[in-house]
Parts: sequence; C-alpha cells; structure tokens
Amino acid sequence: MTLLSVRNLRVSFPTRQGTFEAVRGISFDLGRERLGVVGESGSGKSMTGRAILGLVRPPGIVTADRMELEGQPILNLPEGRMRRIRGRRISMVMQDPKFSLNPVMTIGDQIVEAYRLHAGGAKPAARQKALEMLRAVQIRDPERVMGAYPHEVSGGMGQRIMIAMMLAPDPEILIADEPTSALDVSVRTEVLNIMDRLVRDRGMGLIFISHDLNLVAQFCDRVLIMYAGRIVETLAAKDLHQARHPYTQGLLNSLPRLDAPVDRLPVLQRQDSWREGDTITQSLETEFPGGL
Amino acid sequence: MLTVEHLNVWFGFDPDRVDAVKDASFTVAQGESFGLVGESGSGKSTILRAIAGLIDTWSGTIAVAGQPLAARRRDRAFYKTVQMVFQDPYASLHPRHSVDAVLSETLRLQGMGDIDRRITSLLSDVGLGRGFRFRYPHQLSGGQRQRVAIARALAAEPRLLLLDEPTSALDVSVQAEILNLLSDLRAEHGLTYVMVSHDLAVVGHMCDRLAVMQGGRIVEVMDVQALRQGNARQDYTRQLIAASEGYARA
Amino acid sequence: MNQSRQLSRREWLLSDAPQTRRQARLGAFYQGWLTFRGNKLAMLGLIVLVLLIGMAILAPWIAPQSPFTQNLPNRLQPPSAEHWLGTDALGRDILSRLIHGSRITLFIVGTVALIAPVIGLFIGTVAGFAGGWVDQVLMRITDIFLAFPKLILALAFVAALGASITNAVLALALTAWPPYARLARAETLTIRNADFIAAARLQGAGPLRLLIKHIWPLCISSLIVRVALDMAGIILSAAGLGFLGLGAQPPMPEWGAMISDGRTYILDFWWVAAMPGIAIFIVSMAFNLLGDGLRDVLDPKGAKE
Repeated sequence: MTLLSVRNLRVSFPTRQGTFEAVRGISFDLGRERLGVVGESGSGKSMTGRAILGLVRPPGIVTADRMELEGQPILNLPEGRMRRIRGRRISMVMQDPKFSLNPVMTIGDQIVEAYRLHAGGAKPAARQKALEMLRAVQIRDPERVMGAYPHEVSGGMGQRIMIAMMLAPDPEILIADEPTSALDVSVRTEVLNIMDRLVRDRGMGLIFISHDLNLVAQFCDRVLIMYAGRIVETLAAKDLHQARHPYTQGLLNSLPRLDAPVDRLPVLQRQDSWREGDTITQSLETEFPGGL
Repeated sequence: MLTVEHLNVWFGFDPDRVDAVKDASFTVAQGESFGLVGESGSGKSTILRAIAGLIDTWSGTIAVAGQPLAARRRDRAFYKTVQMVFQDPYASLHPRHSVDAVLSETLRLQGMGDIDRRITSLLSDVGLGRGFRFRYPHQLSGGQRQRVAIARALAAEPRLLLLDEPTSALDVSVQAEILNLLSDLRAEHGLTYVMVSHDLAVVGHMCDRLAVMQGGRIVEVMDVQALRQGNARQDYTRQLIAASEGYARA
Repeated sequence: MNQSRQLSRREWLLSDAPQTRRQARLGAFYQGWLTFRGNKLAMLGLIVLVLLIGMAILAPWIAPQSPFTQNLPNRLQPPSAEHWLGTDALGRDILSRLIHGSRITLFIVGTVALIAPVIGLFIGTVAGFAGGWVDQVLMRITDIFLAFPKLILALAFVAALGASITNAVLALALTAWPPYARLARAETLTIRNADFIAAARLQGAGPLRLLIKHIWPLCISSLIVRVALDMAGIILSAAGLGFLGLGAQPPMPEWGAMISDGRTYILDFWWVAAMPGIAIFIVSMAFNLLGDGLRDVLDPKGAKE
C-alpha cells in the first residue's frame, strides 16, 4: 500500500540571478518501508522533506502534479490543516536535537504538550503515554528524564527524546533528516535500532535523509539518489554497491576504506549530463523490497 | 618532530574543574602522519589546541622539533613551524575578509615579502585559480573554503600541520579532493601531520600511526596496519572499529 | 545598446568571481544596496533623510523668510498661503524656523552618532576581549551609567556644564554609549572564541590587531543598526532638553524649544507646537525605518524571517 505518493515535485526560490530550483521534478512512492534519500549538500534532499511537510518558507514555491498522503492531497494546504497533518500523521526528526528542543521547558512537559496538541486527552494520560514513549526509545530512567532540561542530557539521549516526541502521536510517516549525523558511532547504532524497531512494529513509512551511503545501504530497504535537485537513480539498498549511475558509483568510490587502502582517492568528475539525464530505475520487483 | 609527555589539560577551577586530557604521551617523527581518534569529548581536539597554544591550562611537556614549549607565550618561530587547519570551514574564515585579505594579512604577519606572487602560488598550491583571490567566504563552497584555510596554514611554510577533523563538515566527494590535496602537500613540502578525526577510515587512509582516545586518556597507540587488520589490543578500539564498519541490524 | 551596457555592469557587480579588490568591494556594497532597496519602507526613510540633509544644506536659500525676524503684528497666524505653517508668538514664520532648525537637528544627531557608538564600541570590545578584571571594571562603570535614566543624567550634565546646544549634545553622547558598550561586549564574547580568531592568533596576530581588524568589523554593523534605531530617541531627548530650556537657547530654532514655546498656546493656536512636533515625528520615523532596512543588510541574523 502506498502511504505517500509524489509526482513531479518542484521547489524553487526566486533570486537576483533568476529562479533557483532546489528540487526539479522528483517522483516517488513511499510504502511501509525504510526509504533512504541520499545526496550531497545542495542536492535538494532536505528540501524534499521540508516540501512534504509544507515547511518551505516563502519566497520558496512548491509545485507538484501530485502529492498525496493515502490518497488525500496535501500539497500547499492552508497552514491550519497542514499543522494537523504535521506531527499527527507525518513527523520529522532533525539533525541536531539541541535546536529542536525548547531549552526552558522540561523534557516531560514538552513531550506531554506535543502529544496533547495532536491527540488531546487529559494530562495524566498524556504523561503515561510520554513515559511509555521514553521507554520505547530505550531510556532507562524515564521518570528522571521527564524532569530534566534539554541541556542536562547528552546528544544521543536528546535525539532519542526527539524521536519519542515525534512518535507519541503515532504518525504514519516519519521523516528523519540526518538524524544520526551529530552522534558518535556507538550512540548512532542505538538510535538506528530504535527507529528500525518502531518502523517494523508499527508499520510506519520512514524517509531517511542522509549523506552517508554506507549507512543507508545497511539501514534502508530502498534508496533514492539525488543530484542537483533530481533523482538520478533508485535501487534496492542491498544493491547499492552495484549501482549503475556514474554519480552513485563516484560517491561510493570516493570513500576511503579500511579494507582497501589506496594511495589517492578517486575524485568525482561531475558531468553536466547528470543534471538532465533519465532516472536509472531497477526492475519493479525492487519497488517495495521491504514487503508491504 | 613532536613529543608530548604526560600532558594534562583542564578547564575551569576547582571544584568545577574538568580534566579534558589526562596523562597523554606520544611522539610523532619528522615527516610522519599521526592520527588521533576517539568519540566526541574524548579530548582529541583539546590536545591539538594545547599544542597550538590556544589553551593555556595544561601541564606536562610538549616539545616541537626538540624545543620544549612554554605554557603561555609562543614566539614567532613557533608559528613558523606549527600551523593548524580547523574543522568547520564555515567558522574558520572571517566572514568579512576576502581570500586576498586573509592571505595577505597572514603573509604580512609572518614577515614574508613579495606578497602578490606568494598569494598566487599559495592559491595554485591548494588548487584554486586566480579567480578566487578576491572572493568572500560566502562566495565559496565548503570545499573551497577549506582549501583557503589550508592555504592560510601553508603561508608560513610550516613543518608541522595540525589538522582538526579537516573534512568532517564536507561531502564525501569533496572530502576525497581535500584528502588528496593534503597527501600531495605532505609529499611536496615534507610536512608532518597530526590529524584528529572520528572517522577511522579517514585516519586509516591518511596516517601512518594513530592513538585511540577515550575519556581524555590515550588507550592505545597502534600503526595503521594493525588498524586495517583489526589487530587492536584494547576492547574499546575493537568496539570503535566494529561501529565504524556501519550499521548491523539488531 | 544602452540597455546591454547597463546589464553587463549589473552582472559585473553581482559576479561571484570578482577579478580585482575594487570589484569585490563594490560588488559586496551593491548586494547590500539591492537588499536595502527591496525594503520599501526603509527606502522611504532614506528619502526623507536625504531630503532633510538637502534642506539643511540649502536652508538659507529655500527658507521663505528669516527664522529670526520678528513681526509682532503678525503673531500667531494660522497656516495660510503666505505662511504655510503659520507664525509663532513673535510673528516668525514657522516653516522657515523648521528649515533652519533641521541644521540643529542634524548637528545633534550627527555628533551623538559619532561619539556615543565609538566610545561604546571601544569599551565593549576591550571588556569582552580582555575579560577578567578589565571586563569587570569597565562593565561596572557601564552599569553605573545605565542605572540612571538617560534624560536625568543628561540633565545633570547640562546643569553642571551650563545650558547650551554643545553641552546638550555632549551630555546626550556621554549618556548614550552604555547600551552600545553592552551590545559590543556581547558580540565580542561570541566572536572571541571563533575559529577564525584562533587562526589569526596562530599567525602571531597580537590582541590589538585582533581587536581592530577582526572584531571591530563584525561589531560595527550591528552597532550601526542600533544607532539608526536609537536616533529617534536621541532626537526626542535633544528635543526634551530643548523643551526644558537646557538645550538650544532662544532665538535658535531648535525643534524641541519650538514646541516648548508653543505649549502656552497649544489649545488656541495648535500649529505653533504641532508643526515642530510633526517634524520631529517624521524624522524619528525615518531613522527607525532606515535602521530596520539596515538591519536586513548588515545583520541578517537579527532580521525577521
């Protein structure tokens, strides 16, 4: 089943030098799967996530032939209706929890407020739910964390709290924008495990935006590779290392590897044709490799 | 080239004193490339800053080219020997200074003559054309900024370059370019590198030996062969290597 | 032909790869100008201020009458074709007095704008950069100045120095610097630990160079914005001093003093007080709009999203 369907999505910004198109006509469907979106900075991957949530600020303009959440159009909805979708049905986890949590509210209050905003209900019930969520993201001592302020917790803990907060209203889709980039590798694994389990147990769709190809290859079911605002290749994550697009290959080759030492790293030679060429798509069987 | 013995670095005063580095010792030979790896808060960048003279509160011995350093004052000769490249190229260039202003100020401070010619040759050393000379940081990409920062560090013609996560803020394709540039420069100028990174693959690619740090202490010094073959002596190093190999679904 | 040359000059200015130092500077300036021009209200403020400056320079030629010639039979005339803004209690043409008064206003604003931020910048950056006891001493002095209401402190200064326009300006400047010192110190504290300062230090740059070449350029822009926004307050304070008889002395056509003169007749002859009041309002407003526009250009992080 398709949770989210996007056709010909474009995001453009007027500038003095003319219109700048951050996203140039991308199409994809999201099922109950882990979908990785990979690209370099400026490839439009974060802007895609923001466009889905209606978070592109003016003067940015979002257009699409279709942008539907379970068959219901969500393109350029009025802010009031979008706010009801955001958080309740689609949630987002940002890169750095420090900037996403309110520094002068306790963590408990923030989760309770976020939950009640979307689901309503009495305070004690919301509190129970918040505790449950913190336990779900493997926080050992949820009572204590509820009373703590954001600066009193570590980065990894902060990110788990963000995830707890985003998941409290049981969204259908989670958009995670570089959720582990600010974390150490050891903490990263824990956070990924939590997201992985939540996706599997709740049947959520996950859009995992990252610059880290290896991570996406190991964590996701399917990968979209973006270059200059377009999807240049889509393939099953397990096949990433057999990618056919020269850009994807170039990115993979430019990573230093412990098991294959080289004197000089191969450098990506960008081709203008990548900006306009067709998307390389693998056969349809990879459309929903994670199962439906 | 560089000897560090029993280095302790702390911040603040009792009772809030935080010991960032505890009893760290290592040596780096002339022409060698030495890596410092560890997670955030392990004290790896702090060691670099103490060597560079950006932190006053340390004890122990730091000797560069056989000369022990005083805690506070560093003389001109020191800055001609040791230079540093910072992690975030967006924070290490003055937002209102053009490339030209940055490099000419540096050259003048280092007492160099013939500034015009030197700027041109520094820019070509780091792979930037003349067209970049009068740009401001906001007109440069992250990789280009880091090249300018490297040019600034090279202006003094140093022998020891301290690299503080020089590519962690960059895209992988740009990282490859910068790492290649650093390798070339080391070969050309006979530089000695001390490189801090959280990325074992980058250190494995760039360095000959490395020290693994945890909680302010050096837990293990190993050569890169041992790292590649996974021959770590300490559990912590093995964990780090395992984690760096990526995500394995639980 | 003309069109294409115009276009290429614009492209030259907006180039991402300037070829010379001059092109880079002009380009940066032009970018700022384009941002500023995008703010319609700020442009309005700028136009008003340019007109004010033009008026001050040309005052003797454009004023219809002398600002000092008394004409008692003609006193307290309402606005008419002969006296556009009416006449005051001594029969002087209010429009002419306002035009000449613009010189005084500009003198006050200009001098205060030159003195106060410079003192503030110096004290604030030195305190923030040096830290330790230097910071403590300088900031406590600043606090003492901040503890008094600005106008009261200015009153005390003028009372001690004697009532005159120069002393009023001096008093205003000496009381206006503490907020700038605080602002400059706060900026310095955030800049002080930036990597580019550390990098300059590693080149052997001394504290004086760091302060002047690296820290000042970054503090100045936010100070300029703040000064422009504060100008309205300074004009009002100057007018306040004039109103209390502690600033400009009669018969100088200072706007505040003019309001003060008119207050006796405010119910029957409203224009005598209202006209200079409107002038003060327009100029204050213009400075505020200008400051807002300058903030968009110079201090993007403070601007509204």
